Order: sequence, then C-alpha cells, then structure tokens
Amino acid sequence: MSNVRNTIIIGSGPAGLTAAIYTARASLEPLVIEGEPSSSSDQPGGQLMLTTEVENFPGFPEGIMGPELMMNFRSQAERFGAEFITEKVTKVDFSSRPFKVWIRDTEYSANSIIVATGAQSLMLDLPKETELIGHGVSTCATCDGFFFRGQEIVVVGGGDSAVEEATFLTKFASKVHLIVRRDALRASRIMQDRAIANEKIEIHWNSKVSELHGEQSLSGVTLTDTVTGATSPLAVTGLFIAIGHKPNTAIFQSVLNMEDSGYLMTRDGSTYTDIEGIFACGDVQDHTYRQAITAAGSGCMAALDCERWLEHQH
Amino acid sequence: MAITLTSATFDEVINSSDTPILVDFWAEWCGPCKQIAPILDQIAAEMPNQITIAKLNVDDYGDIAGRFNVMSIPTMLLFDKGEIKTKIVGAMPKGRMLEELSKFLPASQ
Repeated sequence: MSNVRNTIIIGSGPAGLTAAIYTARASLEPLVIEGEPSSSSDQPGGQLMLTTEVENFPGFPEGIMGPELMMNFRSQAERFGAEFITEKVTKVDFSSRPFKVWIRDTEYSANSIIVATGAQSLMLDLPKETELIGHGVSTCATCDGFFFRGQEIVVVGGGDSAVEEATFLTKFASKVHLIVRRDALRASRIMQDRAIANEKIEIHWNSKVSELHGEQSLSGVTLTDTVTGATSPLAVTGLFIAIGHKPNTAIFQSVLNMEDSGYLMTRDGSTYTDIEGIFACGDVQDHTYRQAITAAGSGCMAALDCERWLEHQH
Repeated sequence: MAITLTSATFDEVINSSDTPILVDFWAEWCGPCKQIAPILDQIAAEMPNQITIAKLNVDDYGDIAGRFNVMSIPTMLLFDKGEIKTKIVGAMPKGRMLEELSKFLPASQ
C-alpha cells in the first residue's frame, strides 16, 4: 500500500496555495500537484501568471506583479513544508477512501482532497485560431504585447480582463480595437472610464470577430455586426481574446456534482462538495467573484474545513 | 549553464556551436518564460554533449527577435550548424519539450 497522505491539493493559484499555507501550518504535510507549464492560464500559479501589475490585492499599496505575487504565495507554502509536484493530475477516483489521484501511471492517495484547479480563458473557436497562436493570435497579452509595437490589434471581450488587456496593450500598439458583443461593457466602472478616456482604444459595439485571415501570420479579421449581421474587414496583426473562462473540471466529470457550465457545486457557505472529504475552492467553484483575494479566502476556508473534517475521522 | 546571447554575438555563437543549440527568446516580464527557465537549465545540465542552451532577452535585443519573426514568448528556436531545425512556441512541460527536441538531436554518446 502506498503512503496515504493527509491531504492532496490539486492546483496552485491563490486558492490552492492559500490552502497549502494553512494545511502546512496545521502540520498536515500537504502535497500540492501544481500543474504543468503552459502559456495559457492553466499553469502553476494560475491566471495571475499572465497578468502584470495587480493593484487591488490588499497589503501591496504600490501594487505587485502577478507572477511575483504567486511566487511569494508558493515560497510561503514551501516554508511550512508543503511538497510540490509540477505535473497535472490525469485521473481521480473518489469512490472510496483513501481517495486516489493519478499522474499518468503514478498513483497518490490521501484521506482528503482540496480541489483548486481554477479556470482558463475561452478561445473563439474559429478556423485558423490555433495555427495562428504565436503568429498574431495570443493567449497572453503580457507576454506578447511587446511584439505589436506601432501595430493595430484587436482585443475581443467586454469584461474587466478585456478592458484591462486593451488598456495595457495601448502601451505598445498604435491602435487597439475593442470588440464588444453587446452595446455596453461589463467591466467595472474604473476600468471602463480608463478605456473610454484612452484615445488609442476604439470600441466596436454589437460586434464579434467571425473570421481570421492570414497564412504565415495574422493579417486581419472579419467583424460581424451582432444586430444587423453586416460584415466588415479590419486589418490587424494581433488578436487578443478575453471573452471569459471555463472551469478546469474535465477530470471531475461524473465524479463531483457540477453545474451545467462545469463549475463545481459546494455546500452553501462552505467548501464541502457532495463527497465527504473532498473540498473545492477558488474559481473552480466560483463564477461570481473570481478575484485573487476571494480565491485565497476560499482556499483558507477549504483548509480549515478539511482540517476539522479530518479531526473527526478518528 | 545557458549562454547569454547579444545582437553582437548571436551569429557567431549559433554558427560555431558544436552541438545543436536551442535559443530561448524571453523577457523579464513574461510569466511563462519563468516557468520554463529551470526546465531549460535541467536539459542543459543533463545533455551537455547533445544540446547547448542559449538565451536571448527580447527586451534588449529586439532586432534579433524581429529577424526571426518572434511574436510571442517564450519562443525557442533550435539551430544546427546555423540552420533552424524547429520552432517551439509557448511554455510546456519538460517531457513534451524533450519529445519535440529529440527528433533533431544526436543520440547520447
């Protein structure tokens, strides 16, 4: 029988790492399976690894860079003895205790599991989109904005992340076209005001990107008016997509209770899932707030719920 | 140990390398670049006779990034005798990177 751990934390964004800090300080010796490197937000450290300055995380009056904040979270968890594996969980079995998780052929088992796998950005699902990644289509504005100095680009989306990306990209691009599906932005007031005041940003209301053009690299897009259906070409060399997120719950399909949208369901006011001993925290179970601080808060709740639940098992 | 390239040394280092040489186009502000840096260090240490790892900071040497149409980082270009063998765009786990590179590397010893 392999060594059964007290708890395994799957995921390493603000939720997973806060759960790691708390469970490590409670001497539960957590194992954190933190994910694997990628250029999407599905990577160790999570969505903040693709951001620049975080201005609203309390305790940092001058702001802090997203990747630096996550490195700090991780060192803090390591300091109290959390153990890390930089891989992705490929399969789980929560049907009996101890619970089992696999990384390919290697099995790990634990008396409790904290799920903090987060969410990742949605793509447009258009032909050529995948082929043009790295050739004009970008999944990471902070990584790639620099290469579009003096060029015209589009950002798709109307929420906070779209408006934030559009504003950030004006540092490099000569012009940023913000493509908004409806006739209003969903972004917070402060972000909207910044975008509207920015003369490099042109907002295209009631519009969507319906086609991508270019062979070796992106040369333009087709816009479709969502009200009239009229189409128009737009010559751009860069495309950044910020149309929302989907939870990383593929491995929990038909294992844990989830909404139709894939978000895990937790018992009101707690992090308990429908299986005793399995807890969920952060964006994987929250499509309402989706902030680093709320994810961290729910990671703390999961650690405390888990610690108390384990105490009652003996 | 990874070699640090500049605009001035780029061509000479690439053309005179005894082994295939992987150039990592990176920058300080790129989160995924930080994730793969330790992986590249490991590869450099584990396969010294098969591959050389070199780094080019796109912030400092944008001319070289432009010359190779790098539009996204991390991008890694593998050169052998001055010729581009493959281009890897985006961060990925070590296993997948080795799989991609091994097609172009000499067998060990």
